[in-house]
Amino acid sequence: MHSTRSSATDMSAPLLSVRSLKTCFPTRAGLVTAVDGVDLDVYPGECLGIVGESGSGKSVTFASVIGLVRSPGYVAEGSIRFGGVDLRRLDSNGWRRLRGRDIAMTMQDALTALNPALTVAEQIEEVLLAHAEDLPKRGRQAAVRERAIEMLRLVGIPAPAKRIDDYPHQFSGGMRQRIMIAIALSCRPKLLIADEPTTALDVTIQAQVLDLISDLRRELGMSVVLITHDLGVVAEHTDRVAVMYAGQVVEAGPTRELIDRPKHPYTRGLIGLIPRLSDLDAPIRPIEGQVPELIGLGGICRFYDRCEFRASKCRTDISMIDVGPDHRARCIRVEEILQ
Amino acid sequence: MSVAQPHPLLEIRNLEKVYQLNSGLLQRIARQPPLSLRAVDKVTFSVKAGETLGLIGESGCGKSTLARTVLRLHEPTGGSITFDGTDITKLPQKDMTALRRRMQIIFQDPYASLNPRKSVEDIVGLPLALHGLAHRREIRDRVVAMLESVGLKTAHLGRFPHQFSGGQRQRIGIARALILNPSFVVCDEPVSALDVSVQAQIIALLESLKRELGLTYLFISHDIGVIGHVSDRIAVMYLGDIVEIGPARELLREPKHPYTKALLSAVPQIDAGAKRERVKLTGDLPSPLAPPPGCKFHTRCPFAVDRCRRQVPALRNVGSDRTAACHLVDAA
Ligand SMILES: Nc1ncnc2c1ncn2[C@@H]1O[C@H](COP(=O)(O)OP(=O)(O)OP(=O)(O)O)[C@@H](O)[C@H]1O
Ligand code: SF4
Ligand code: SF4
Ligand SMILES: [Mg+2]
Repeated sequence: MHSTRSSATDMSAPLLSVRSLKTCFPTRAGLVTAVDGVDLDVYPGECLGIVGESGSGKSVTFASVIGLVRSPGYVAEGSIRFGGVDLRRLDSNGWRRLRGRDIAMTMQDALTALNPALTVAEQIEEVLLAHAEDLPKRGRQAAVRERAIEMLRLVGIPAPAKRIDDYPHQFSGGMRQRIMIAIALSCRPKLLIADEPTTALDVTIQAQVLDLISDLRRELGMSVVLITHDLGVVAEHTDRVAVMYAGQVVEAGPTRELIDRPKHPYTRGLIGLIPRLSDLDAPIRPIEGQVPELIGLGGICRFYDRCEFRASKCRTDISMIDVGPDHRARCIRVEEILQ
Repeated sequence: MSVAQPHPLLEIRNLEKVYQLNSGLLQRIARQPPLSLRAVDKVTFSVKAGETLGLIGESGCGKSTLARTVLRLHEPTGGSITFDGTDITKLPQKDMTALRRRMQIIFQDPYASLNPRKSVEDIVGLPLALHGLAHRREIRDRVVAMLESVGLKTAHLGRFPHQFSGGQRQRIGIARALILNPSFVVCDEPVSALDVSVQAQIIALLESLKRELGLTYLFISHDIGVIGHVSDRIAVMYLGDIVEIGPARELLREPKHPYTKALLSAVPQIDAGAKRERVKLTGDLPSPLAPPPGCKFHTRCPFAVDRCRRQVPALRNVGSDRTAACHLVDAA
């Protein structure tokens, strides 16, 4: 998603820029290449959606970005630059300064990501204190607590001053997600990475949380990466989107353009199988088959087994090609099949 | 679709499931007041033979409890269940066992609902053996036929659940539920644990099996897109109550109850312009241990008036074949 951009942000440099990212996990069954050659850019103030099915590499991609790939996993190749800083070269001190303040990430599972043994106050204050050099030493504690309460109010926790001393398990799932967002936002990061912030939530609560993220993005001028498997969420809340399949980005472009005119056979299949309330008679057409194992892939298009357009020329490594302004797809036959 | 008014296959009247919490000895000694949770609160509806009734509502609203109570996997604490003309509310369990051949359930979690130590042949064949319906050889033949109709192969007979993907495991669960030739099947979130592409495969399978075998479904899902596609009629549940029932199309096009409106307007749409005007709710789902008085929805309802806080709205006719429980919806 580099090259040609046509939007208003044309002039600005990307805040986050990922090139040729490759992340591997040694397992008993062999080396799992969970992320293989991913390129991504996130521009200031925009919301980038990352969509894909389970295991497609969405979480590992961004765990790699923020230096939290679990051992024995490792980033094998690629560059990750954030505001001019090479994140792959950062030491633990550098990370401590960056994480929370410049980049914050909310994890897929709010209950396990929050510390069950600490109150919500302790968890927010910990982040705030770590980045509170600007506050005078005297009264710092009180100021931090006030700011923490303010954050909870911002994310819509009722009676925040009373509830801030409760433990995570005393909140509902929706409130825990919002608490995670409050923690992530408490240092006003430049980039928020929200990994499935609403997947476990009911739709009415999901709508509240997503609206909140959008409002805060506008107010704070931050960039957001929204990881989800729900194309409806992507359509309503993101500016640009990258579709992942089996560890690779297979299509990327401006959200509306990509959804209205998908180019890659997988994206087209994905969009065709969403049950639409606006058209109840449209049949749901499944994509047959399964996602491949991420071991020893290569030399063939990863979608080959499931693709209705496969041909012998697809038996090679496929790279991304331009299919429109700021719109790219990983399909060697894209020109032919669109005719 | 309506075939000269078939009689309801399932009729539920004022069905109630109240769980007594802390009624144990220790609590009684400690003199704690008994806590009761009305998971299903005087629910009335019917399912016609051959139709799919979709049930939507947010987590914890009582959908699964309702489904299990209907099948008497949980015992109801009030009301009645009539299946194919027979009142089964108080039927002794041994008679229920025989009846259960005709009433089956497909569970949400294909991982948890299959015994990890049994082969596919044993899992799918077990209901036949339990009901003494077939001999060993015959069992194998019927299992093989069943596996084929759910898209699995004979080669899968000897394999174990962990050797299958989520979608394949759900196919095993479907085969197990259908091997007894039931007429009524509860599908309790059958695709929620699956990826969208696999979800679509399983929905297509369930729909074609329904046509081939003449099944009747009670289909539970929190995914309104899925429900819209599979259902003939839709029931909407909130905190143990059914707040609205109606034909799928009409209910989705023009919801009557404020909760249904809010729910539908919150569903993210991929089509530009398909978006409805948002009916915004505030606050979280109240605790089912202390449901609000009057209309249970009044704490989140943007239209609530004084009366809503005092008076429980009854489910009444609000259009042809449509009912809703709200003071502000005009009766038909
Ligand atoms: N610690 C690990 N060890 C081995 N493999 C791993 C590990 N973590 C992730 N993987 C593998 O990496 C691949 C990508 O996983 P990832 O969690 O990024 O997927 P995802 O797109 O976030 O999926 P989901 O939608 O389920 O969250 C998967 O095949 C997964 O099994
Ligand atoms: S490269 Fe070939 S197999 Fe891959 S998506 Fe394109 S047409 Fe299908
Ligand atoms: S009865 Fe009142 S509170 Fe309940 S749904 Fe209707 S308007 Fe809202
Ligand atoms: Mg993930």
